[in-house]
Amino acid sequence: MTPITPVHYMVLSAALFIIGVIGVMTRRNIIVILMSIELMLNAVNINLVAFSNLWQNAAGQVFVIFVICVAAAEAAVGLGIILAFYRNKETVNIDEMTLMRW
Amino acid sequence: MPGGLSPSDFTALMPEFVLTGVALLVLLADAFLPRARHGAIAWFSLAGLVLTAAVLVPYAGEHATAARGMVAVDGFGAFFKFLFLLAAALTILMSPRYLQVEGVRPGTYYFLVLCATLGMMFMASGIDLVTIFIGLETMAISFYILVGFIKPNRRSNEAAVKYFLLGTFSLGLLLYGMSILYGLTATTNLRAIATILASGEHHPWLPLAVILLVAGVGFKIAAVPFHMWAPDVYEGAPTPITAFLSVGSKAASFAMLLRIFFEGLPSANGDWGLLFYALAVLTMTVGNIAALTQSNVKRMLAYSSIAHAGYLLIAIVAATRVPQTGVKAALIYLVVYAFMQFGAFGVITLLRRHDVIGEELKDMSGLFQRSPLVGTAMLLFMLSLGGIPPTAGFMGKLWLFSAAIDGGYYWLAVIGVLNSAVSLYYYLRVVVFMWFKGDPTGSELVMSPGMAILLAITIAGTIAIGVYPRPLFDLADISARTLGAGGITATLR
Repeated sequence: MTPITPVHYMVLSAALFIIGVIGVMTRRNIIVILMSIELMLNAVNINLVAFSNLWQNAAGQVFVIFVICVAAAEAAVGLGIILAFYRNKETVNIDEMTLMRW
Repeated sequence: MPGGLSPSDFTALMPEFVLTGVALLVLLADAFLPRARHGAIAWFSLAGLVLTAAVLVPYAGEHATAARGMVAVDGFGAFFKFLFLLAAALTILMSPRYLQVEGVRPGTYYFLVLCATLGMMFMASGIDLVTIFIGLETMAISFYILVGFIKPNRRSNEAAVKYFLLGTFSLGLLLYGMSILYGLTATTNLRAIATILASGEHHPWLPLAVILLVAGVGFKIAAVPFHMWAPDVYEGAPTPITAFLSVGSKAASFAMLLRIFFEGLPSANGDWGLLFYALAVLTMTVGNIAALTQSNVKRMLAYSSIAHAGYLLIAIVAATRVPQTGVKAALIYLVVYAFMQFGAFGVITLLRRHDVIGEELKDMSGLFQRSPLVGTAMLLFMLSLGGIPPTAGFMGKLWLFSAAIDGGYYWLAVIGVLNSAVSLYYYLRVVVFMWFKGDPTGSELVMSPGMAILLAITIAGTIAIGVYPRPLFDLADISARTLGAGGITATLR
């Protein structure tokens, strides 16, 4: 059995990141877009932890903790904003955001 | 080494601590002060900003690092911090009456403005990827809430959703670039990264990191093709927040850009210099052409703000060859831009009354007859944005284009001048509406004390820099010198 090398982690992280980017570009539901963005941030986390292990250096893991905290804060604020939007508009589809030209 | 901050770190971060304290007091005041006394919060926040600026003065001549190399305490950072404090103060000056007309309670509004300012201050002084990231997010999250602050207003909701989605998306790009940078160098400190990249062999992954970082920063400064959020967000956000976004957030993003690319990646300047060259040309041209057809003044100013980001990128590109002149030109232009942009948005805020939104071009009709003073002020800001002497805008553009010529980027200077000529059309269109069209509403403008102070400051700034630019130039010169561990001249060779 081949050992898991940093390259494996990087491929996983790159795949997750690309899935996230494609999700943001193609999905129309705001909640799904938010989930895709979270995928991108988690790809960053995998990268950072893998490099942290590779270099035997804790800075990457500290960075990850900050990224997780900020992602949580962003999700809280973002869902609040989406809720306010839903109350006025009764939809969470970005195609319905037609008040101003997108 | 013992953990935590040393006493000297507390001294070095004093301005930030003062501002944090003021912000927390504002939050407490909002919770415990009787509803009738809430008008005082705006003035208290203003006093806090002035106090922070006063505490900041001794740091302007420093050139050191603090908190284990996470934060640079230098003239470059201090210059930007003064600019952010000024922008926040001007925002607060125009806010009370606007919020009153919109019928929203201020609540946490002023707290969030101060928090955003705090984030900007860390963006300008951070020399570690983590510090910059946290500063950026402190600012961005505050702005997401502020943009959607008028909850019953659908345009405000829509703007907040768009800003939030594209803001977090760009954060993802930026962070992925940062993670690759960490993977290549095993450190998050920008100066250590610069040393390792300069001594090491060519890294095949470095261009990818550079592209992602440029894209992430490009979103924040609203450079074409990453600008599509800006017009909608600027149009939908409360007008004082639009002004704060277009000045404060843009200046902070440029500070972040200078820190990341000049402190951390000077050895790759061939890669990012080329990218910024392309972005500068695209941003100026697309911004100006799109602004020509707008009928909403806020939206027009959004496109004009995109074009101004393009002009500023000229200075960044020039700085790859003549670092001192280029960075200095960028610093000068950001200050100039702050005065004229806040002035223009101040006039739009003044036009907002209970029955009139005051953002359409036709709402400008007869402004000169209604109030000669406000009309003349708007004329001054439009001329300055267009770069006509003897206003500040002319001096700023002069420095930008001469920096480009100094660096040997003649075509960039030519494209910049042509774009300025195009931009005159839509700035002067506003003036035509103000001077030569009749007033359909005939109603009086109500000038609040805050607005009067705001207009006085912005008019004074726009004229003073245009007539006597020497003090600002000298300050920008000294401040630009302190970028980088060994000063700006040692940064790029």
